[in-house]
Amino acid sequence: MILENLSQLISDISTQPLFYLFSFVIIASAMCVVSLKNIFHSALFLILTLFAVAGIYILLHAEFLAVVQVLIYVGAVSVLIIFAIMLTSRLASKKIEQSNEQVTLGLFICVLFLLASVGSLTYTAWNTVDLPMIEHNILTIGKLLMTRYVLPFEVVSVVLLAALIGAVVLAREEKA
Amino acid sequence: MEITEIFKYLYEQLAASGLPQVWVDIVALACAGVIVFGFLAVVALFLVWWERKVSAHIQQRFGPMRTGWHGWRQTIADAIKLLQKEDIIPTLADRPVFFWAPVIAFVAAFMAYITIPFGDGLIVADLNIGILFIVAITSFTVISLLMAGWGSNNKYALLGGMRSAAQVVSYEVPMVVAICSIVLFAGSLSMVDIVQSQAMIYQWYLFRLPFGPIAFIIYIIAGTAETNRTPFDLPEAEQELVAGFNIEYSGMKFAMFFLAEFINMFTVSAIGTTLFLGGWQGPFLPSWMWFLGKTLFLVFVLMWFRWTYPRLRVDQLMEFSWKFLLPISFANLILAGLMKYSGWFNW
Repeated sequence: MILENLSQLISDISTQPLFYLFSFVIIASAMCVVSLKNIFHSALFLILTLFAVAGIYILLHAEFLAVVQVLIYVGAVSVLIIFAIMLTSRLASKKIEQSNEQVTLGLFICVLFLLASVGSLTYTAWNTVDLPMIEHNILTIGKLLMTRYVLPFEVVSVVLLAALIGAVVLAREEKA
Repeated sequence: MEITEIFKYLYEQLAASGLPQVWVDIVALACAGVIVFGFLAVVALFLVWWERKVSAHIQQRFGPMRTGWHGWRQTIADAIKLLQKEDIIPTLADRPVFFWAPVIAFVAAFMAYITIPFGDGLIVADLNIGILFIVAITSFTVISLLMAGWGSNNKYALLGGMRSAAQVVSYEVPMVVAICSIVLFAGSLSMVDIVQSQAMIYQWYLFRLPFGPIAFIIYIIAGTAETNRTPFDLPEAEQELVAGFNIEYSGMKFAMFFLAEFINMFTVSAIGTTLFLGGWQGPFLPSWMWFLGKTLFLVFVLMWFRWTYPRLRVDQLMEFSWKFLLPISFANLILAGLMKYSGWFNW
């Protein structure tokens, strides 16, 4: 085994520069998603954004969450988005304007929101606790899902089942 | 001397050289990357040659015979030829997308080897999310196929890319469910733990009746579909799409897709070996030989499929995955859970 402990290596390199790197990638690519004129490129930058979020999860020692993020968002959701773009022939070749004449008003509201959130984050007294790192985080997640959070877990599965049945009904061919 | 001991010795020498621990780890990782890369490049060249020989013998031909003993130098010559070729980019191609597609395909194929145990202790990193990591990282392959299809600005490439994305996404579901039944029994996602839970031949998950063989068959079928090989090779159906998503690629970029395809085939077999065939465990021979032997056997099975079965139609392909494989794999998962719970075959 060449690398005994991945999280150890990450904390050795020190998490802070890595955090800034990932944050920069997330913000820069998210900006590209909402500003590029080619919608296919936007979709690809969305994938990059979601992938960098997985990087942040790794820094937080949530490896399971990181992998699931890649599996669900990169592997399934964004493929679906790209599919929708490819199947819509009018979207494919057009240059799409992502803003309209209300861009200044939108920007103003965005800056206000940014200031509000930065303000509330800085002036809140956060309760911080030094918890020891959870050793087997998949085991812990599994146990919690089956005991403490069993009701939300089941409710979510019912919602997913409903969505699944809905998709089948919508996609079913009409019998003449 | 075992390979592991050589690596351990080198690592200790590096650690004793007075570098800070961070740099020791980074240098060791970089070296591991280079070693795995070299190994995979050789494996891919070998598999190309082997595929040609297997197909030839199945069709009562000899295949390449003139360059070296039974033509073993043929793929080396082909690789050099590909490197020398002109790199053609279509005028109307989406250049950045066209450029990055083969890179992503290659990196995604390569990344999976971080958590594959090549032998006893021969693993780059034994992540506790092992198998899930591989499943997640290989999903980038779909993105690369879609990018190649789109970036080429060619209708055949676009059709090929879309077909293959639909196929890979559909077959990923039964595959992951089949893998889940093994994870459930092993009680761990780590590849090393999964290998160690099948020390004797009767403990191999392939032989844990009845759920093991079913999961294995589902895995192999879905794996064939994931690597876009016959009978699931609709993405590059030659008669319909000329070559599929890689039609506009030439030279080195084409070679990267080609290598990624063969590395993916090796990955599917290596995971199959680890999950179902006891990984690197076996008597007498060194562990890496067992791993390589079992994996190459599975590769041979995949090649055998390719040159035996005709191609499926696209509607058959989707129905087979969603209406047949998926229900069976779910039933099998429940069965595996019952067996684990009741302690039946739980040795």
